[in-house]
Amino acid sequence: MDSLSQHTVISCQDLSIGYQNKKKVAVIASAINFSITQGTLVALVGSNGIGKSTLLKSLTAMLAPLSGSLQIDAKEITAYSSLELSSKLSVVLTEAPASKNLTVLELVSLGRQPHTNWMGKLTQNDKDIIQQALEDTDLASLKNKNCFELSDGQLQRVYIARALAQDTPLIILDEPTTHLDLYHRAAIVKLLKKLTVEKNKTILFSTHEIDLAIQISDKMLVMTPQKIAFDSPCNLIKQGAFDVLFPNEIVVFDKKTGRFSVT
Amino acid sequence: MMVQKTYTRFFILLSLLLLVLVCGNISLGSADIPALEVFNSIVGSSSKSSWQYIITNYRIPKAITAIIAGGGLAISGLLMQTLFRNPLAGPFVLGLSSGASLGVAILILGAGAISGIFGTFLLGPWSLVIASALGSFLVLLAVLAVTLKVRDTMAILIIGLMFGSLTGALVAVLSYFSDAEQLQQFVFWSFGSLGNQTWRGISIVSLCFFVGLLLSIYSAKSLNALLLGENYAKSMGLKIKKNMLLLILATSILAGGITAFVGPIAFIGLAVPHLTRQFIKTSNHFVLIPAVAISGAILMLVCDTIAQLPGTVYTLPINAITSLIGAPVVIWLLVRKRKLIF
Repeated sequence: MDSLSQHTVISCQDLSIGYQNKKKVAVIASAINFSITQGTLVALVGSNGIGKSTLLKSLTAMLAPLSGSLQIDAKEITAYSSLELSSKLSVVLTEAPASKNLTVLELVSLGRQPHTNWMGKLTQNDKDIIQQALEDTDLASLKNKNCFELSDGQLQRVYIARALAQDTPLIILDEPTTHLDLYHRAAIVKLLKKLTVEKNKTILFSTHEIDLAIQISDKMLVMTPQKIAFDSPCNLIKQGAFDVLFPNEIVVFDKKTGRFSVT
Repeated sequence: MMVQKTYTRFFILLSLLLLVLVCGNISLGSADIPALEVFNSIVGSSSKSSWQYIITNYRIPKAITAIIAGGGLAISGLLMQTLFRNPLAGPFVLGLSSGASLGVAILILGAGAISGIFGTFLLGPWSLVIASALGSFLVLLAVLAVTLKVRDTMAILIIGLMFGSLTGALVAVLSYFSDAEQLQQFVFWSFGSLGNQTWRGISIVSLCFFVGLLLSIYSAKSLNALLLGENYAKSMGLKIKKNMLLLILATSILAGGITAFVGPIAFIGLAVPHLTRQFIKTSNHFVLIPAVAISGAILMLVCDTIAQLPGTVYTLPINAITSLIGAPVVIWLLVRKRKLIF
């Protein structure tokens, strides 16, 4: 396991991201450098509008990088076909699925799509993986419920289960803890942690729960207007990365407790 | 997608119901023909040649047209609801039928301008289908293009309505400049009618239906993925553009082809997928497509049987009956569930 966990899953070198059309280029962030090894839980934090979503869109190939290198499994992300990429990377998005009439089992089973034939026929192997994904997310008892019957916390677990069923080494989640209460936020982040430890998944998630992220994640990406810092939470605290996260007239970061407090 | 249980029993029941309705539909009509004679006419040994003629040249073709039109419009409604992520989508609501009308109007009313032999050649059944399918394809493409810019499900309906009005206005302008005979031909077409189809016409609609059905079944896996939204579908390796193009092609062949022959028919496309979802609790399109097709055929046969006003000499326009049944069904579903889900 040790040698495996040194494997680099995703790496950026001098990456610059943003939006581009015929007339102009809008750079959101540049000089992004980091590399994430297998089995790591990485939290992406930053204030609103700093470009977290843009970074996630670039990392999930929904947006082409402006310049620099962005590699997944030592291959440029732009060189993947969407089908190839779908066996490397699965996503949990903030947008709700278009249809909530699906049952939990149906929605999770959809994660097997990249691996099934044109009819979407599930082999025994597919069914085992789906069952495992349901058990890992504690959903086995809810599998025949329709999605519109579920609570937000349960729904979030369903989306994570779908990503697990897709069976990719890397999972990227966009704000999986929004709309949840403290208990369920912690439950989701603990679930992600468990998946990195037990399943050796590499997980990157964006969040506004900085306290929670500091406590539980292995590495953190801290986006500030000046730069994007990437390190373990302890080192980031020492470097003072969180002190510049927000303008400090309203909230300040307490290095001792690892928390923000209102001034 | 995992099918938890087989729907064999549901499909057998549905098929039996369809069979019963076909028999009922053929037996009932303006002329009162005894059931035994109906059977004799089908096997070709009726005692009265007029009955034989009515059965084989009028009622059977009409029943076949009803099955194909109902099934095809229902599938096209299902495809559009998933494609546009909108429970209120349907060929009539999104202006597909209006697009088809415009195509047909240009053909029928414009044919006068190119008079003579060429004009009559233009009015063959194939050109009608092509004009109609092309009209709905263009409207669908336009609606889709706008929806890619405006990502609001309510806006899609409004855009569909606007395109409907726009094509309606163009048809009105065309009607104003055309002569009475062509106008009459067009007006009769726009009432919608399942009857008076030639066998050649029926074989062309059937061809459209089967091409549309095959394309839909081929697209069923991507339709299932699209239930999660475009971004999720793409993250699972789906080629969005290619699959969307296939879907609008299937929809316009189905809705356009059928509308060319039977005229614009409202509510079947919108109501049938929702009615079907009341009976089967799955969103898997491999199950939904055949289920919706059979249910659409059943509802259309019921509407047609009512339109015949059995025992009287009157026949009501089919479009009026589908609206009379379809509109309350949609309202009832909305009130009961408070929300239409797809």
